[in-house]
Amino acid sequence: MPTSTGEFSDFVVVGASLAGLRTVEAARRKGYAGRITLIGSESHLPYDRPPLSKAFLDADHEPVAPRFRTAEHLRDELGVDLRLGAPATAIDAASGTVAVGDGEVRYDRLVIATGAAARTLPGTEGIAGVHGLRTLDDAMAIRTALDAGARTVVIGAGFIGSEVASGARKRGLPVTIVESLDVPLTRSVGLEAGQVCAELHHANGADLRCGTGVDGIVSEHGRAVGVRLDDGTTIPADLVVVGIGVIPGTGWLEGSGVALHERDRGIVCDATLATTVAGVYAAGDVVHWPNPLFDDQMMRLEHWTNAAEHGAAAAAHAIDPASAKPVSSVPYFWSDWYGHRIQFVGVPQADEVEVVEREPYLALYRRGGRVVGALTIDRPTQIMKLRKLIAQRASYEDARAFATNLPAVRAPQPVR
Amino acid sequence: MRLAIDYDKCTGLGLCEAEAPEVFEVQDDGTLLCLDENPSEELRAEVEAACASCPTEALRILED
Ligand SMILES: Cc1cc2nc3c(=O)[nH]c(=O)nc-3n(C[C@H](O)[C@H](O)[C@H](O)COP(=O)(O)OP(=O)(O)OC[C@H]3O[C@@H](n4cnc5c(N)ncnc54)[C@H](O)[C@@H]3O)c2cc1C
Ligand code: SF4
Repeated sequence: MPTSTGEFSDFVVVGASLAGLRTVEAARRKGYAGRITLIGSESHLPYDRPPLSKAFLDADHEPVAPRFRTAEHLRDELGVDLRLGAPATAIDAASGTVAVGDGEVRYDRLVIATGAAARTLPGTEGIAGVHGLRTLDDAMAIRTALDAGARTVVIGAGFIGSEVASGARKRGLPVTIVESLDVPLTRSVGLEAGQVCAELHHANGADLRCGTGVDGIVSEHGRAVGVRLDDGTTIPADLVVVGIGVIPGTGWLEGSGVALHERDRGIVCDATLATTVAGVYAAGDVVHWPNPLFDDQMMRLEHWTNAAEHGAAAAAHAIDPASAKPVSSVPYFWSDWYGHRIQFVGVPQADEVEVVEREPYLALYRRGGRVVGALTIDRPTQIMKLRKLIAQRASYEDARAFATNLPAVRAPQPVR
Repeated sequence: MRLAIDYDKCTGLGLCEAEAPEVFEVQDDGTLLCLDENPSEELRAEVEAACASCPTEALRILED
């Protein structure tokens, strides 16, 4: 069906989560009126993941699935042919088809938004009480264990593991966090800020053990009863949450012609999110792309905002390639621990990290003469202004002046 | 253009502020302050982007 924006009629999106949904919504907003097929391997309607390690685990609230849209909305408002419950298994670029189940779906344009799956600890498959946290089903299992008062061990002191630890502490449950690095989160926020985040665990009664490896899970009758550390100690546990990173969802693309990154098999895109196969784009956690705002540094982010922005851009570029522009963005993520909001904008790879304020915390990241990153704890009113400075390639001096000379509180205005 | 803000849904993430700083500002206690409940038409693109960016769908434009 000819549309105002191009001469094609089959738009296929693989991966029915945030980036996939945003792709579909942007395609319709852009005026694309042809067929859209959205393929998702999970049987759930698209849902939001950040609440799974936050409100969803909270004893004070009934767990509600943070669903984005109803089935009716997807069908009637967005005109989507939704295929849930079976993964796409291959692409045939020559014929322009995606294999799903026993059938095939034809595409003129394809957006891959298959995100990532939680990495598992080798040898722990099938032990009851051991969970990653990526899906609604994972969150339900973890919540059920917390409801039962589980002694909790978190393996990996990353953001998601730390949020689970925080949720368990809020319920008064004993929590141990085992981290192989000497300081957690160094890859995401650098050494200095990683230390400050680690302090939050200590201050809230979680037993954080850094520089410690896991030797294995101790189980009885197929159920976890403890975690054995490489220093020989065993920590009793009814619930073991494994938060040791993710693996991009690209196993089904091996040999398809879509180039994958040698290190982690994420999809290698150009600056417009085009893959190495014509007509095929990618969006969200699965993507490596050169970000022009940071000297074309190749990035693969695991952040909500990035997935939403990518979805909108991939749709626009797939529909109208002539208008495609490099996707330039300042990474942003947040994490909520023990009632504190940690926010980070930019990139942590810096020549220097300066702690501008200790309480509440604010650190700036400098690369050459430029500000490239900022981390705050409980300063939500500053973080977006810092993000804007980074987007404008502001000098470090300007960012510093902003951060040390925070504007006076605005005259109060009616809010509610 | 008038704005409808559902303060119960807002979690103070500030994505709206990133899109339209003239209109939205998150306060240090995490609540959202609307600086202009009737933004002028020149701000339409920014305000639409802000509404679309909100993860909790707390923002809506009410057409007059
Ligand atoms: C517990 C948790 C908490 C988080 N908290 C925060 C936070 O506080 N702040 C923040 O910025 N970010 C947070 N994130 C990250 C954020 O949720 C992700 O960046 C976002 O979900 C990425 O969206 P996506 O659509 O790219 O990928 P995903 O959400 O991973 O979705 C990919 C989808 O594709 C499906 N799929 C995979 N392979 C196939 C296939 N072959 N065929 C069909 N479908 C397939 C998957 O089943 C999945 O549903 C959190 C993530 C988790 C898991
Ligand atoms: S983007 Fe939404 S949730 Fe975030 S501050 Fe604005 S209104 Fe609130």
